[in-house]
Amino acid sequence: MLTAQWLYGISACLILALGLRATLLHTSLLRRIIAINIMGTGVFMMLVIIAYRGPDAVPDPVPHALVLTGIVVAVSATALALALLRRLNTEKADD
Amino acid sequence: MNIISLYLVDILLVISLLSLAWASLTTADARRSVILFMAFGLVLALVWARLLAPDVALAEAAIGAGLSGALLLAAIGEQPGSSINVNTDHSEDVQDSNRSVVVTWTITGLCAALAIILAWTLLQTFDNVNNKATAQAVSENLTDSGVSNPVTAVLLNFRAYDTLLELAVLLSAVLGIFSLGGIRSPYQLAGPVFDGLARWLVPVLMLTAGYLLWVGAHAPGGAFQAGATLAAAAVVLRLAGHHNIGLPQGKSLHIIMTIGVGLFLLVGLSMLALGRSFLDYPPALAGTLILVIETAAMISIAATLVLAFLGGRPQMQKHKPC
Repeated sequence: MLTAQWLYGISACLILALGLRATLLHTSLLRRIIAINIMGTGVFMMLVIIAYRGPDAVPDPVPHALVLTGIVVAVSATALALALLRRLNTEKADD
Repeated sequence: MNIISLYLVDILLVISLLSLAWASLTTADARRSVILFMAFGLVLALVWARLLAPDVALAEAAIGAGLSGALLLAAIGEQPGSSINVNTDHSEDVQDSNRSVVVTWTITGLCAALAIILAWTLLQTFDNVNNKATAQAVSENLTDSGVSNPVTAVLLNFRAYDTLLELAVLLSAVLGIFSLGGIRSPYQLAGPVFDGLARWLVPVLMLTAGYLLWVGAHAPGGAFQAGATLAAAAVVLRLAGHHNIGLPQGKSLHIIMTIGVGLFLLVGLSMLALGRSFLDYPPALAGTLILVIETAAMISIAATLVLAFLGGRPQMQKHKPC
């Protein structure tokens, strides 16, 4: 096993767990959206480190393509979540 | 690069990544959290580059660090009481307030357990020989895909379904945003310095988008990165006080929004008419078809991201007749 694999692999798991913890503990919805984004990053990092084959080897392109798709889906989900949050705030302000 | 300096880079990247994530998640101030999240995204782009994923690094720098940050900052500006109250005693922003210590520690413990189990599973997979099969399949069939960048080949040819459905996800997100609220109030017109910068920056960004789209066939780049760069140009224009940033209204806007998924679907279905299976391009035409689909996808991706930043359907300008 390469050093980079366990170093980045363990960081990916830590980032995911930190993100999940913050998602569950925060009461502010905006902070939860940020936390979910950080959590998703942990998942992306796992995929990219699975694709990694060492500093001189060609990495596996399939996980890279999955992560690219994931990044774009994550930003559109974030945008929708923020629009929901915005509507929620206007509804609250109207009450 | 020699192996010691590579270790040093790895350790520095991992430490800064983890501490930025921690800081962004635990700071009491929401605005600071967003800015730390953007910094996290930039370090992450460096991590992707270090792990030999330049396509992902480009997308992360443009989307993860840039556009997500812009969306979150715009949202923070609208949070109730955000202009007056940015300090820590705002009860909504304080983590763990009114929550018992037991619950906090139980959640922390469960998350730590999850991290350990995940890490253990992940480290097992590294020694598995079977996970080389997909990489091999891609490199064996790359010559038939019409492009020489393996990531573009996977996205637009071998796993084109994923990308088609992703464009559908983008479209549905925009429809959701349209149904939830109106356009955000515009920013005031920029002063001479920012206006001058925008005049330089916007053409350069548009040119970069075109370059990324074209180069994606044989080097890192492609529709996502190009679309995000184009959207960044529009965000700069919007911040400089332009109202609709050149987006059309009515039918033309709907065409721009749907052209990505529409054209993709059309190409896929015409393959059926030619007696091939869905989205199975003939190798001779694949390169051209991929460029056409990517151009349409770039336009739709850029439009989606910009409309998300605007927060709703663009309105008619006042001085123009309806």
